[in-house]
Amino acid sequence: MSDIKKIKDDYIDKLNTENNIDKVNNIKTELFGKNGILSNEFKKLGSISVEKRKELASDLNNIKDELQNKISTKIQEIETKEINLKLEREKIDVTLPERDIEIGKIHPVSQVIDEISSIFSEIGFSVEEGPDVENEYNNFTALNTPDNHPARDMHDTFYLDNNKELLLRTHTSPVQVRTMLKGKPPFKIIAPGRTYRSDSDQTHAPMFHQVEGLHIDKNINMGHLKGCLNYFIKEFFEVDKIKMRFRPSHFPFTEPSAEVDIGYEIKNGKIVIGEGNKWLEILGCGMVHPNVLKNVKVNPSKYQGYAFGIGIDRLGMLKYGINDLRAFFETDYRWLSHFGFDPLDVPSNYRGLSR
Amino acid sequence: MKFTIDWLKNHLDTKFNNNQIIDKLTNIGLEVESFESSTSELDTFIVAKIINAKTHPNADRLKLCDVDIGGDKTIEVVCGAPNAKNGLLTVYAPPGSIIPKNQMKLSVSKIRGVTSYGMLCSESELLLSNESDGIIDLKNNKYANKIGEKYFKNTSEKVIDLSITPNRPDCLGVRGIARDLSAAGAGKLKINKKSNLKYRGNQNINVTIKKEKVQGCTTFGSCLIKGVTNKESPKWLKDKIKSLGQKPISAIVDITNYVMFDLNRPLHAYDADKIDNEIIVRSSSKGESFEALDNKKYILENDMCVISDRSGVLGLGGIIGGTRSGTEYSTKNILLESAYFLPRSIRKTSKHLNIDTDAKFRFERGVDPLSIEEGLIKASELIKQICGGEISNLDVKKIENYKKTIINFDPFLFEKTTGFNVENKELIKILEKLGFNVSKNKKILKLLVPSWRPDITQSIDIVEEIVRIKGYEHINTSEPVKTRLKPTLNYYQKLFHFLQRSVASKGYLETVTWSFTDSKINQLFKENDQEIPIVNPISSDLNVLRNSIFPNLIFYLKKNLDRGFKDISLFEIGPAFKGKNPGDQLTVIGAVKAGKVSRLSWNDKERNVDTFDVKKDVIQSLCEAGIYKDDIVIDDKTPSYYHPGKSGGVYQNKNEKNALAYFGEIHPNIIKKLDINTESLVIFEICLDYIKESKQKIKDLKSEYKFSDFQKSERDFAFIINKNFKSQELVNIIKSVDNKLIKSVRVFDVFEGENIPEGKKSIAVNVTIQSEEKTLNENDLDNINKLIISSVESKSGAKIRS
Repeated sequence: MSDIKKIKDDYIDKLNTENNIDKVNNIKTELFGKNGILSNEFKKLGSISVEKRKELASDLNNIKDELQNKISTKIQEIETKEINLKLEREKIDVTLPERDIEIGKIHPVSQVIDEISSIFSEIGFSVEEGPDVENEYNNFTALNTPDNHPARDMHDTFYLDNNKELLLRTHTSPVQVRTMLKGKPPFKIIAPGRTYRSDSDQTHAPMFHQVEGLHIDKNINMGHLKGCLNYFIKEFFEVDKIKMRFRPSHFPFTEPSAEVDIGYEIKNGKIVIGEGNKWLEILGCGMVHPNVLKNVKVNPSKYQGYAFGIGIDRLGMLKYGINDLRAFFETDYRWLSHFGFDPLDVPSNYRGLSR
Repeated sequence: MKFTIDWLKNHLDTKFNNNQIIDKLTNIGLEVESFESSTSELDTFIVAKIINAKTHPNADRLKLCDVDIGGDKTIEVVCGAPNAKNGLLTVYAPPGSIIPKNQMKLSVSKIRGVTSYGMLCSESELLLSNESDGIIDLKNNKYANKIGEKYFKNTSEKVIDLSITPNRPDCLGVRGIARDLSAAGAGKLKINKKSNLKYRGNQNINVTIKKEKVQGCTTFGSCLIKGVTNKESPKWLKDKIKSLGQKPISAIVDITNYVMFDLNRPLHAYDADKIDNEIIVRSSSKGESFEALDNKKYILENDMCVISDRSGVLGLGGIIGGTRSGTEYSTKNILLESAYFLPRSIRKTSKHLNIDTDAKFRFERGVDPLSIEEGLIKASELIKQICGGEISNLDVKKIENYKKTIINFDPFLFEKTTGFNVENKELIKILEKLGFNVSKNKKILKLLVPSWRPDITQSIDIVEEIVRIKGYEHINTSEPVKTRLKPTLNYYQKLFHFLQRSVASKGYLETVTWSFTDSKINQLFKENDQEIPIVNPISSDLNVLRNSIFPNLIFYLKKNLDRGFKDISLFEIGPAFKGKNPGDQLTVIGAVKAGKVSRLSWNDKERNVDTFDVKKDVIQSLCEAGIYKDDIVIDDKTPSYYHPGKSGGVYQNKNEKNALAYFGEIHPNIIKKLDINTESLVIFEICLDYIKESKQKIKDLKSEYKFSDFQKSERDFAFIINKNFKSQELVNIIKSVDNKLIKSVRVFDVFEGENIPEGKKSIAVNVTIQSEEKTLNENDLDNINKLIISSVESKSGAKIRS
């Protein structure tokens, strides 16, 4: 017994001071290998008396367990130490820059179009489109604006031929004409898109964006028009209350016609929408003129409804505090990065119109 | 349309204050653009204080003054006045001011080598006295806290500026505005005084209106006023003319203008002694000419309505008079004209000759055809009152009678259109106040439309009149009905939306550029499309519709490169025009990528952007938008603006004719021609119209979910193959060996040169083989390997590298 006790004590001492994993493994073999010291001691058991054997066996097993525990603890200890050392050596400066992030952006006009479409989608409108090049009939005549009508002067038109037959649409209203000509009432559409007028200064660009709205059914009246636009403006500017004013105006293709102003004030140099005692004109609208309905083969004694046209760029400027319309179309990298929207920021009802 | 409240009150008895009137005008559709004092030339002169007066470095008698004019900074002014000293309060005139004494316009100037911004003024320079020895010395107690304010009080009455819509010519006269206000309850329209004018003798200049193919004039009224003394207008009249923003000319001209703005009744005064015998109203013949009152000579076309005498054209009827018969201070006898010209003819002539006058503006919108006499009488009275003279009987020649407009109006249409009800009694009252003659026939109102309202022709116009006067605030707000007739977006609209955001998510900034472009740049991208010029472009460098989306993108890319940006990714989604007819347009995404990847990276090697960067972006975007990658076929035929060797076309599947996308390097010639300064420029484009619409929704498109858990094996092969042989072909050959077993083929190495024969290249592929039925053994795999090698070798002429 004392022999094996001594062996145990020696090896425990040895293991206590040992820090090399290979040497610990060698010790393990020395003790428990095929011809290991303890293995041999176990082999000897067979040659001693039964009484002694029992006692010795129990001692041997205890020693074996103790040593084995010691060895595995040691191995773990050394391994942990080594891993820690390795990790210590591998430490990098994580404040170094990541690989370049390439951030794309959606242009404010596109974002605002999506916002508008999302809002009108909620109240059952679908989206229609029309070509940028229009004929004179769809852009003017069908819209109750015959040639030689002074209202045509309000639109500085780009022409593609000398007969003034082909032009760049001056508003999105020709989409009304196209939509009604190709279908049967009821109609409930919006039509966003590019529009063109040969006008260029701080507040006018030769190309800009409008969204047309049209709702024709049997009993659509000015109250519906008011309700629809009221809903839209409140949703768009994401405010609970909006000061809004309908004011009589004139467009050849609607009768009665109205312009809509919203209240605003300037607070700390920034425009605040919805309050205040100043008025800002934001859109034109009205009941579709019976002459227009006749022109598109809709019976005005059966069907009636409203139409509106909203300047998209202007709405975007107001909502997102953009001062210069021209900058929309100048492709300045800095401007696009600053005012652009994240592509994942898709306007929707359930996630909220804007972040 | 400008006028003063004072002027309005000539026609309207009202208890409304100014602000109430302004609000009412806007509420009934007469939009007030502004309400302010007309600007005066004297507005620029302001109270200022000399902070520091030092001697001019180059002139002993001049002083250099730092002047406080109320802003953040002082202004430096050179001044010769002996009394200029520190602390003096005086009057300052900034550059641009007009000095009353000599009418000189100040500009920034150098005086003896020192720049002087404006001037300090003496009393004599401001015509306040003859004192010219020094600059004005303002009393401290009165002006000390007025630095920066206007020195002269603007005493002119505030002017209302209305924006009158083209349907309302009647409101181009003050009386019309008063009538609208009275209908809206803002007062009572004053009844015109009965004229007690005495007429003597006849209008003995013969007037003839010729019947013409294109009639320009239907009525011509006139009278002679003999023995007048033309002169400066009296102050009240001058003030009225000035409030319109116009310059008084002479009493006679001012009176005709005054009546025009008062009644919307344009008139013209001729010097009767300059008329050759008679007046003939007729159509012009091509080549006739006259000198107009704007001092321009106009050469006329056929069928323009002219007022002429025996010697020729006197003026363009309803548009502009001529110098030959113009009134002057010396004019003794006047022929006063009050006529009706047809809007169409006026508009056509004035557009053609590019003339815009107040008379033309009114006639083209429609002047009251029954106001001929009223205008003559009102103007004659004023002329007699101011210039004296005797008035002849009125002579009115007519070739057509005014046709009344009668509308049978069902009041129910009002409620049906507006959604609210107005009692018949109120409705009739409104219409009567607007000048309608109303009679009732059971439920229907028979309405005689006033002659000054050419815009009112049908029942809906009546609805508008009533709701406008009643007030739009009475319209209810109905909650929007949410019923939907069809889905919000169709397939292509969804695709637009998807691709737009998909491309942006690859790091591209979306831009929006003009649909027109510079033909010189367009030329480089238009391929076989016809150029589409704009007849009246906004500028010569935006003179055609873009045939491709790239001209503007590349133009602005260059601008950003010139701004110092090096790594740029931009895209636009929008129209490219293929012809000049409506609908000849495609919806295209164009994207450009310039510069380097990993520029100045501390851990990666930087490299130029290349074709495979954009190939990845375009393919990934298409896949995200729902196109199957496995179906996509690439070829190397691309438009000429691409680098012919480093660009490709993308086809939705092998049967498609049109490439739905292209990608690659831009042609080096374009970089050179446009002087683009970048290390590398790659582009891609997607044509949305060429993407085939999927008829099925994704729920129907998803195939059965199948997968295999049997062991898969990977094998690598390297082939020596002709340099021009496409890797896509090789991959297809390998796949076709066994579509079921070969799960994927990946090209992992391509090289030419060392150890590879001239004209050949080496392609290495990694092939994944997996069965869905069993684990393949060595024998199975060997067989497949052999088949792959033999197929490739026989179909492509390649040799396996040993």
